[in-house]
Amino acid sequence: MSARENVNIPSGNEEEADHRPLVLVHRLPRFVLPFDMRTTFRLLDPISSAADEPPQDFLSRHAPSIRALITVGPAPVNADLLDLLPSVRLVVGSSAGVDHIDLNECRRRGIAVTNAGSAFSEDVADYAVALLLDVFRRISAADRFVRSGSWPRKPEYPLGFKLGGKRVGIVGLGSIGSEVAKRLVAFGCRIAYNSRNKKPSAPYTYHANVCDLAVNSDVIVVCCALTKETHHIINKDVMTGLGKGGVIINVGRGALIDEKELVQYLTRGEIGGAGLDLFEKEPDVPKELFTLDNVVLSPHRAGLTTESFEAVREVITANLNAFFSNKPLLSPVQYE
Amino acid sequence: MESIGVLMLCPMSAYLEQELQSRFNLFKLWTVPQKPQFLKEHASSIRAVVGNAAAGADAELISALPKLEIVSSYSVGVDKIDLDKCREKGIRVTYTPDVLTEDVADLAIGLILAVLRRLCASDRYVRSGAWKKGDFRLTTKFTGKTVGIIGLGRIGMAVAKRAEAFNCPISYYSRRAKPDIQYTYYPSVVELASNCDILVVACPLNEETWHIINRGVIDALGPKGVLINIGRGPHVDEPELVSALVEGRLGGAGLDVYEKEPEIPEELFGLENVVLLPHVGSGTVETRTAMADLVIGNLEAHFLNKPLLTPLV
Repeated sequence: MSARENVNIPSGNEEEADHRPLVLVHRLPRFVLPFDMRTTFRLLDPISSAADEPPQDFLSRHAPSIRALITVGPAPVNADLLDLLPSVRLVVGSSAGVDHIDLNECRRRGIAVTNAGSAFSEDVADYAVALLLDVFRRISAADRFVRSGSWPRKPEYPLGFKLGGKRVGIVGLGSIGSEVAKRLVAFGCRIAYNSRNKKPSAPYTYHANVCDLAVNSDVIVVCCALTKETHHIINKDVMTGLGKGGVIINVGRGALIDEKELVQYLTRGEIGGAGLDLFEKEPDVPKELFTLDNVVLSPHRAGLTTESFEAVREVITANLNAFFSNKPLLSPVQYE
Repeated sequence: MESIGVLMLCPMSAYLEQELQSRFNLFKLWTVPQKPQFLKEHASSIRAVVGNAAAGADAELISALPKLEIVSSYSVGVDKIDLDKCREKGIRVTYTPDVLTEDVADLAIGLILAVLRRLCASDRYVRSGAWKKGDFRLTTKFTGKTVGIIGLGRIGMAVAKRAEAFNCPISYYSRRAKPDIQYTYYPSVVELASNCDILVVACPLNEETWHIINRGVIDALGPKGVLINIGRGPHVDEPELVSALVEGRLGGAGLDVYEKEPEIPEELFGLENVVLLPHVGSGTVETRTAMADLVIGNLEAHFLNKPLLTPLV
């Protein structure tokens, strides 16, 4: 071999090829992708990229090269969308829940779905405890009372209730539910749970159905995934079973609770109180709840801290990098 | 025992009033039109005083009640009682430890979560209709943050146990390091404050701990630090605290007690990173009943010459 073979040396003026993988950002107009991923990925956003072009046309034009998409917030991933994107092989969820993604459709088409793993679990569990303490000890109501200047005029403020010794029933003992349980044990609560399947390693009492759980609980904490089976899992029978002093905490999904019934039970004093981070038609909240001091209302924030956002950004990036280098995904949703 | 005079210093519990009324000759100091006149008339029949966190048997009152044998406080904090004078005169003092430990510790964690996760501000956000116009901001995670506790007594230990369930590293300050405790000890409050994210005041109020949270400690805690006060208002230099919060030199505060309850500096009302409670640390139905039962139990034991249930002096 000769050392004098011609070598094609690129000149300094050539543009560098863009090696960043292409990813579609799928969102509703109200939501934005909260992290800047442009150093690693080339992001396509039909809403912001193409002001005049209808999103459908934009998608059709780019479809052949779109192999992965990120969902932001509850933008639905359904058959209609997937029909427009025949090259997609990966759907990356960015929220704790994946109920907005049609998992059956994805499985049918051989599309993998990843979720946020446990990026949000600790924060959601913290928030469930926060809501519970707030309801039991009237924290938000008392803060309102103080800020209205009422304390000097009404020296005796209504008493709250002791959390220690209370029976807490957790609906869904997944990564969030088990973190909730671990925290509440330290407050002296007695933990029981309902789940699709009994968890043999869980040191808590199992109830095969939610009504049984409610009858044996002072508090119900809802932290399961929303599926067809769990829609309105907290219904009037469960609320009746929980009873007058009972408290419901929801950090799962709005549709896990029959909201109309919940409002009735609360306004009639048939359950003791509620801490709600989610509602059936966010951001609409039944206004009957606004006058109740035994209800704590929150605008869908249980999982959302600067720390969890950093964690979910890492999960999303890791899943996308794994996909584009043909490596195993970090947090694939297991199809059942 | 119906002839025994018991003087209750302020309204604290309707249940306690009823129970005292049915057992003793109960005098309610707040219903008395002229205090000096009242004392002249009834002082010689008053053998017991019932006070609480707000009002106690101070030197002046003790001097005015020559037949006083026992002071029974509806509280665990006894900073309003002149303990030295009681010892001097052989007057017994009882309080309500243990029964309220869990509730106060629960409230400390409730305050931490409410401040870090902006629970009260979020609730206001929803009730005002603001959520329809946009999402509330991101907040700060509690799990894993370092919690520093001033005073590792019953309440301090209960706060630590709860914070540990949130994977929080625990550190503390007290007059002396505790030998069997695994938590990190700091020999000064400023060092503790420099090395924690959340500082909880859980010690008794006395001469040494008055204004234990001063400008130096607040500066050490810093613009990301959070102060939680479940002790007594005078633990904190309140004007310093207020200006630090207003100026953003302190990250946030959860307060259950104030220097001049029920007055609260109004500058705090406009701050979103502050949670304000009206001294409800032990304020649950269950615990207040247990506290009242202890007060009554102690008084009955004393007048029946039995051992006191929870004596301090």
